[in-house]
Amino acid sequence: MNLDWTDEELAFRDEVRAFLDAHLTDEIREAGRLMTSVYGEHERSLAWQKILHAKGWAAPAWPTEYGGAGWSVAQRYIYARERVAAGAPPVSPMGIQMCGPAIIGHGTAEQKAYFLPRMLSGEHFWCQGYSEPGAGSDLAALQMRADDDGDDLVVSGQKIWNTHADVANWGFFLVRTARLARPQLGITFLLIDMTSPGVSVRPIISPSGEHIQNEIFLDAVRVPQANVVGAINDGWTVAKYLLEFERGGTAYAPELQARLDAIEAAAREVPGDEGGTLANDSSFAQRLARARIRVAAFETYEFRAMSAEGSPGMSASVMKIMGTELQQHMTELGLIVAGRYGIAYQPQAACPGGAVSFPHNASEYAGPRFAAIAPLRYLNERAGTIYAGSNEIQRNILAKGLGL
Amino acid sequence: MSLGGETAPDPVDLMVVMEELGEALVLEPYLETVVTGAALLRASGGPTADALLDGIVAGDVRLALGWAEPGTRYEWAPQETRAERKGEEWVLSGRKSVVIAAPWATHLIVSARTEGGVSLFLVAPDAPGVTLFAYPTIDGRRAADVEFADVRLDADALLGAEGAALPLLERVGDATIAAMGAEAVGIMRRLLQDTIAYTQSRQQFGQPISNFQVLQHRMVDMFMQVEMATSAVYLATLKLDAPAAERARAASVAKVTVAEACRFVGQNAVQLHGGMGMTDELAIGHYFKRATVIEGELGTVDHHVERFARLQPEAAE
Ligand SMILES: Cc1cc2nc3c(=O)[nH]c(=O)nc-3n(C[C@H](O)[C@H](O)[C@H](O)COP(=O)(O)OP(=O)(O)OC[C@H]3O[C@@H](n4cnc5c(N)ncnc54)[C@H](O)[C@@H]3O)c2cc1C
Repeated sequence: MNLDWTDEELAFRDEVRAFLDAHLTDEIREAGRLMTSVYGEHERSLAWQKILHAKGWAAPAWPTEYGGAGWSVAQRYIYARERVAAGAPPVSPMGIQMCGPAIIGHGTAEQKAYFLPRMLSGEHFWCQGYSEPGAGSDLAALQMRADDDGDDLVVSGQKIWNTHADVANWGFFLVRTARLARPQLGITFLLIDMTSPGVSVRPIISPSGEHIQNEIFLDAVRVPQANVVGAINDGWTVAKYLLEFERGGTAYAPELQARLDAIEAAAREVPGDEGGTLANDSSFAQRLARARIRVAAFETYEFRAMSAEGSPGMSASVMKIMGTELQQHMTELGLIVAGRYGIAYQPQAACPGGAVSFPHNASEYAGPRFAAIAPLRYLNERAGTIYAGSNEIQRNILAKGLGL
Repeated sequence: MSLGGETAPDPVDLMVVMEELGEALVLEPYLETVVTGAALLRASGGPTADALLDGIVAGDVRLALGWAEPGTRYEWAPQETRAERKGEEWVLSGRKSVVIAAPWATHLIVSARTEGGVSLFLVAPDAPGVTLFAYPTIDGRRAADVEFADVRLDADALLGAEGAALPLLERVGDATIAAMGAEAVGIMRRLLQDTIAYTQSRQQFGQPISNFQVLQHRMVDMFMQVEMATSAVYLATLKLDAPAAERARAASVAKVTVAEACRFVGQNAVQLHGGMGMTDELAIGHYFKRATVIEGELGTVDHHVERFARLQPEAAE
């Protein structure tokens, strides 16, 4: 393992920087810099995806034969670091990071030819339909049923917590096609056109007042059998493959490093308790140093894990746990920097990932902009240890991995 | 009921009331008016203060204290807000930031530098030269940044003796920390209770999730944090009449213990509710937000750890 960039990698970094510099508009940069959660604002992050797509960079981890960038782990890391530092919003993960790999790994030639290009271009915007009211951590308990009816499956039931389902025109779903001996059997991975008759979507509002999650109700929705990915009743295999991508496919450290820099910069702009700025207060400087130390060790772990051959296995869970807990810690530091202004509710100073429904002022805001965003990030980031397999579930997986 | 003189509310009574208000998540500015504001008025004395204390009891008067400024953090001393005596009047100018409950207040109490030190003034929010920029807070209350542009005040707007406000603010600040800590205890009890009930009813893997030992231990840790916070609030409340350094150390014990408990209990209440914790629909989200606000009010953990370390016990008067 080499921790220093090679000349080629440094050249790649310069190329990325130049590209970001040339193509990021102020409007798109705002969507990245002023995010209140892991979700970019839909319109602007889609606009950015289109720019990336034109360059062939929309899917860093996909092989080039499917239109991906085909980058190495180091290149992906460099890109992520530069992207966040430049303030570009993330591309929505549900299509390119989650459904895409499932189709590449388990889809038919027709599915690849039809869906992958449209996923890259953003023509299809995806949501994930896994969780149900009775099936969260225990995903295999899912009940949404799909009955065989000739060329179609007829699907009915409810999903919940579906991120951006209100703006998605496609969804990948887990549905029950049979009741077999084990609940994991009889589940099918299905691609559903969200504009089909019988699909309805209802908003869920978060404690920060944002509408990003939804409930999806399917009432006798007809879906062509051709939209099944993998074999009927074998969706669990596809889902597990995809989950490993969701958990371990992307590094957290680039984002964490950029956050630390932003926190430090903001701390230099606000008064401290010891006469200087907050950055000069000894207790704050210690906290920041500790956070940097944790991230440095974790970053090196991510390099090791992602450079290793074979399936991510345990490291996917380690990355998910450590990555989300560090992300949450960043938002705690953010609240410290925000100080007294950290209690103000001012989403108008931010660029949330969905419409805001709680009352707030129109455009002006009080205090530093960083402080207006800090409490929203703090509240929203609580979700990191809940979704994508809660951190308790990840620790259960690791305990099994240790042979316990 | 009276809030003045001999019949001022007993701190232990206030503690009990605040805990109830916390448990019911009452949003009205009781803390700002009946605890902080009334204590400042009582200590200041004089006919204006007495009339206002009666007004509080009658429900006509609501107070907000403007102390911190854009250029200060948690120190009580004002930096840019000044008042100058001009003949019979005072002229006030400067800015206060994040004045909690100011948009609801009938009267503002404002700290300012004067010739003799730091003084307190009573200011009408609608007086000429006073501008409020109001906004909601994440816990569903309201606050404002307030600007004073040569605001002319009558001689009796001065509360208490000129230049004597700093020790008073310190003392009332500690009383506020104790009362707010009691509110936090009420909030945390409810968070714990709701989490226990939810995990006992939520089924996953064919059983209530409260069966999982890791969740049991988490709730036990939440319980212990609430007990520590409760005890620290007792300490701060019972030391409110102690010599200044002893009182302040006890208040910092409460502030640090309560803030850390608010964070642990709030975060884990959300975590153990899973996705349900991330909706606006359940009460716990609202309790969590109020707990988060209390964490940072009147000084972060770091601020109070520093203060505690600075105030050596032998320095007690
Ligand atoms: C912001 C956000 C976005 C989401 N986006 C999507 C999406 O786009 N599509 C989608 O399908 N889903 C999505 N989800 C749902 C997410 O995957 C679920 O919330 C998650 O699987 C947890 O399920 P649950 O909410 O039912 O909680 P529960 O499973 O009820 O868990 C409640 C608590 O019990 C704990 N617990 C459960 N089982 C065990 C155990 N065996 N041992 C120890 N502890 C246990 C959990 O860790 C948690 O703390 C999203 C969730 C959130 C919060």
